[in-house]
Amino acid sequence: MLKHSHLIDITEYSPEEIYEILDTAKSFSEVNSRSIKKLPTLRGRTVINLFLEPSTRTRTSFEIAGKRLSADVINFSASSSSTKKGESLADTAETLAAMNCDICIVRSKMEGAPWLLTRHMNSHIINGGDGCHQHPTQALLDAYTIREQFGGFEGLKVGIVGDVAHSRVAGSLVPLLKMLGAEPVVIGPATLMPSCPDLLGANHSYLLDDVLPDLDVVYMLRIQMERLEGQPLPSLREYSMLYGIDMKRLGMMKPDAIIMHPGPINRGVELSAEAADSPRAKILDQVNAGVAVRMAAMYLLLGGESDGITA
Amino acid sequence: MEPDENATVLLDEKAVGRSLTRIAHEILESNNGAENIALVGIVTRGDLLAAELARRIEQIEGVKVPVGRLDITFYRDDIERYLSPQVFMTDIKFSLEGKTVILVDDVLYTGRTIRAALDALRDFGRPDRVQLAVLIDRGHRELPIRADFVGKNVPSSKTESVSFFHKLIDGRTSVEIRKSSGDHVGSAPVPNAEELARVFQQVLGDEA
Repeated sequence: MLKHSHLIDITEYSPEEIYEILDTAKSFSEVNSRSIKKLPTLRGRTVINLFLEPSTRTRTSFEIAGKRLSADVINFSASSSSTKKGESLADTAETLAAMNCDICIVRSKMEGAPWLLTRHMNSHIINGGDGCHQHPTQALLDAYTIREQFGGFEGLKVGIVGDVAHSRVAGSLVPLLKMLGAEPVVIGPATLMPSCPDLLGANHSYLLDDVLPDLDVVYMLRIQMERLEGQPLPSLREYSMLYGIDMKRLGMMKPDAIIMHPGPINRGVELSAEAADSPRAKILDQVNAGVAVRMAAMYLLLGGESDGITA
Repeated sequence: MEPDENATVLLDEKAVGRSLTRIAHEILESNNGAENIALVGIVTRGDLLAAELARRIEQIEGVKVPVGRLDITFYRDDIERYLSPQVFMTDIKFSLEGKTVILVDDVLYTGRTIRAALDALRDFGRPDRVQLAVLIDRGHRELPIRADFVGKNVPSSKTESVSFFHKLIDGRTSVEIRKSSGDHVGSAPVPNAEELARVFQQVLGDEA
């Protein structure tokens, strides 16, 4: 059983709890391969998908996860909601809290938004990505995919390539991999690196080709046009030449090394079309794992809470 | 490994073996042979018993019946009160359509596990018939459920726990009754998922 009521920051979790989530997700992935993919586990529970930033795959993944557990899933998106009319996040939270939902998944461009919700709602909060901070369920599904591929994490070299500075995926994945015994290394141009890359706890490199032959996992981050200010890259073409994976770089990789990507892919930027479609790319396995991992997170957060929620 | 001093042994290894052999014969008798039979054991202990029964049915009839393992954790009706410390894999690789499925569990108590198992089975198809085989029926039913094949009826108090142990996991095969410590009256200690799966295969296959 998890010691936490919320899943906001992956660094709050212990390796034992992470393995509990991953093991439970494995059982759910068996359910997802059945012809009847539905369990009565969360019957009568309400899950709200509060997505204040555009997202299709994460929202859909959470929605499917909730529905496969028989919860009632309500989608609440920014474009159609009162936030457009100027309601504050705290007021939105109070309103949703008054409707007694059990789990609230929040995606926001503001770091700390999920934490703010815990102050205003008596629900379990799952961070579906907050600004440049964290995206814990993405890191968990990545860990699940790596574990399925390699059986474990000890000593695996995982290169996380791209816009590390703005990446909430890296924000969760780097500490999670460290916790599980892998060796993350962040790679990217200096302009897209955090000002103190060492604070992340990972090694870093500015040249992909220097480290590429040593990597077991090449994790490509998406170049997030919406988050880039100023001109950190001379051109996408130059970025692609220096940091993109094409068939030539694929050939430089270890024979059993895999490519991962949190999606959506910018084809021709961080991954060439051939590389993205090669059997070495485990991108669809990641998406598949996402549903199981999110089912596990919801199940474990809601289970065993007879005395109500404790903070 | 010996049972602790607070435990009373209800069935020893020989008695468990005799009960299982009798149940195997009863299953065959009631179904006119092993045709269209499938065994589904409820983890964590019913799956081992299902494998034991399958081995005996093969010895008697010379027929290998399909054996599945069912984890009912996600079908429980009390997740807000109790969360299983570990979730195991369900593994039913055959179709249930047109089959007589014999659910196998170690101890029949409130009937809630069987209720959950019936719900779970429904997600795998529509068997022609479902029967229930248990090693121990200890009473205290909370639902209208009864077993078709019973190893031994054991009157018990709600403050006691009745557990089945298997030698490949616990070092001894026996059924024991003891004063319960916690509020959840479950079966024996929870084994590791991989070890359990391995032992299941071992019981099913070559282990004499």
